[in-house]
Amino acid sequence: MPRFLTEFFKRNGILMGGLMLGLVLFWTIGLIILPQLSMLDFSFRPNLPPPEMGGPRDVYTLENYRHLVFGPEGASAAYNYIDLGVFFRTIVAAICITIFNLILCYPIAYYLGQSRGNHVRIFALMLIIPYWINEILRAFALRIIFGQTGVLNTLLVGLGIFDTPYDFIRNDIALYAGLGYAYILLMIFPIYNVIESLDRNQIEAARDMGASWLRIHRRVVIPYAKPGISSGCTMVFMLSAGALAAPQILGGPSSLWFTQIIYQWFNDNSNWPQGAAYAVVLLVTCIVLVMAAMRLFKVNMGDIGK
Amino acid sequence: MSRGIGVELKDMWIRFDDFVAVRNANVAVEGGKFFSFLGPSGCGKTTILRAVSGFLDPSEGDILIGGNSMRGIGPNKRPTALIFQNLALFPLMKVWENIAFSMEITGASAKARRKRADELLDMIALSDQGDKLPSELSGGQRQRVAIARALCAEPDVLLLDEPLSALDLKLRQHMRTELREIQQRVGITFIYITHDQGEALTMSDHIAVMKAGVIDQIGTGKDVYNDPATPFVASFVGENNVFRGKVKSVSGGEALIATNRSGDLVARVSPSNQGLLKPGDDAMLFIRPEAFSLAESQTGGNTQVTARVTNEEFEGSAFNIFMEGDQGKQIKVAIPNLGQSFESRQGRTIALEYDMRNAVAMPAGPMATE
Repeated sequence: MPRFLTEFFKRNGILMGGLMLGLVLFWTIGLIILPQLSMLDFSFRPNLPPPEMGGPRDVYTLENYRHLVFGPEGASAAYNYIDLGVFFRTIVAAICITIFNLILCYPIAYYLGQSRGNHVRIFALMLIIPYWINEILRAFALRIIFGQTGVLNTLLVGLGIFDTPYDFIRNDIALYAGLGYAYILLMIFPIYNVIESLDRNQIEAARDMGASWLRIHRRVVIPYAKPGISSGCTMVFMLSAGALAAPQILGGPSSLWFTQIIYQWFNDNSNWPQGAAYAVVLLVTCIVLVMAAMRLFKVNMGDIGK
Repeated sequence: MSRGIGVELKDMWIRFDDFVAVRNANVAVEGGKFFSFLGPSGCGKTTILRAVSGFLDPSEGDILIGGNSMRGIGPNKRPTALIFQNLALFPLMKVWENIAFSMEITGASAKARRKRADELLDMIALSDQGDKLPSELSGGQRQRVAIARALCAEPDVLLLDEPLSALDLKLRQHMRTELREIQQRVGITFIYITHDQGEALTMSDHIAVMKAGVIDQIGTGKDVYNDPATPFVASFVGENNVFRGKVKSVSGGEALIATNRSGDLVARVSPSNQGLLKPGDDAMLFIRPEAFSLAESQTGGNTQVTARVTNEEFEGSAFNIFMEGDQGKQIKVAIPNLGQSFESRQGRTIALEYDMRNAVAMPAGPMATE
């Protein structure tokens, strides 16, 4: 047994230690790794009715992945433009939402992290309370705001800024606003946590040496907050790329989010292997992008947990 | 011969809501000198430093640096550099980047910055440490890096906020000498904040002693130590024995005090208190532990104190004798250890005598609390 394990058991006792270890293993292996492995397995199999499963036709195939790239067999187009288009649009939109959230949340997190006093707690509470309302209701609330006869349009037309109501939903503005709003807390709090521990004297020292606010942030605050920024960005990106409720409710009739296609394969078409293949592609792409971004900004995996 | 730029506080008040942090400060710091503000924590000395560096504005009055009013000028625009109590080095920048940070702002090339940083690293005897991170240096080394970083901006005035307080005793004593040397080499004005009278006395040209927002005395270390202006200064700077009583007579620069426990004692009236003592006034008389010597015989004269020895200790450089004093306080006597034999006098009543020039009398007032 490795030393850290013996020490772990010595500290917690066999019973408690075994229970804790068992729960952690059950969580990671039973609830995360095994289901994902079975999804991976699914994605390489043909879609067969239950009696034929395990039969002679149940062989490993790349057909499901081929479908995403080239479309159904015998299709007229060279590539599956629709699904691929949705896929790239989803990824690009998720990246944009992440960047937008970062720009929006960094000043808030900085302000919260560097202020002292009661108003910080009140401010934080005001950020948290809306999240007591469930995600679907929040999405519908945005629909009410952005709808054709919604609050925003009534206001804009009433003020004479627009002549006719603007279709925020068809133009995906409602969708991006909804996705952006859905995860701001996951951006604010990791950054806030890090900035809170930043010694104010460092900011004053930089200021004393003549640095502008821009330089103070670029050279002192942002490098220090990098672990928080990367955890925030990772979470927001992963979750918005994988969001389902907000696109379902706020998306325009003609715009799809990639998760909606996955959902359709699983649910409407009962084609689990096809859905699994799409889900695996989304997952792998997201992981690769996150790793690449971490590489680019020189963030270590260990920093993310900070 | 003032080479550097002087700093002046004029009728300066600093208030935080109802709390007065600094009360009517008037200080002229001569250019090129080492000036210390000495006082217990919470006396307002750090507030003064923050006002000089520009992080807060005086509520009233003005700060002049080199004769120019600093009203409305931010910390990044003043010719001052501040060394923080915790140093505030940037943990993610290398040592040389820390030192040359102020040059980034002026747009100097990386090569020029590195060159200047290396020069300063030579000056602080850390030549090969430029590529390390601050966390890889020892406390004393970090201290020197903070000084180099502040000096890199070539300030006219260097402000130091108790920068030695985190170091251990030996290093602190070493850094005192070093700071003083650096100050004399660069020749700029140093304003130093400390609660440690040893630091203030060893390094400073002039010291301002502060108590609860008020500057009690400004003078050289010797002035402040030998001729304290107030009971607070007398009891805060160095160790002192107090004898309370009433003034019996004053003549010339001498006062005869009828003390509560030791009979009539004679003392000098310090220059700043001349003419302030009148017969019948409450007075305090201070005699330092090292100013006492053991009397050959008990004569009961005006420069003798008798008391019972309650405790003795050996400090290395001195034997300390503690005796029953006024109002439950002890009288401390330090006999220098010159290798002589030392017989215990525990429990005996002995006589001490002092030279009248080493005792100062002044109007009674609040003392420093230990």
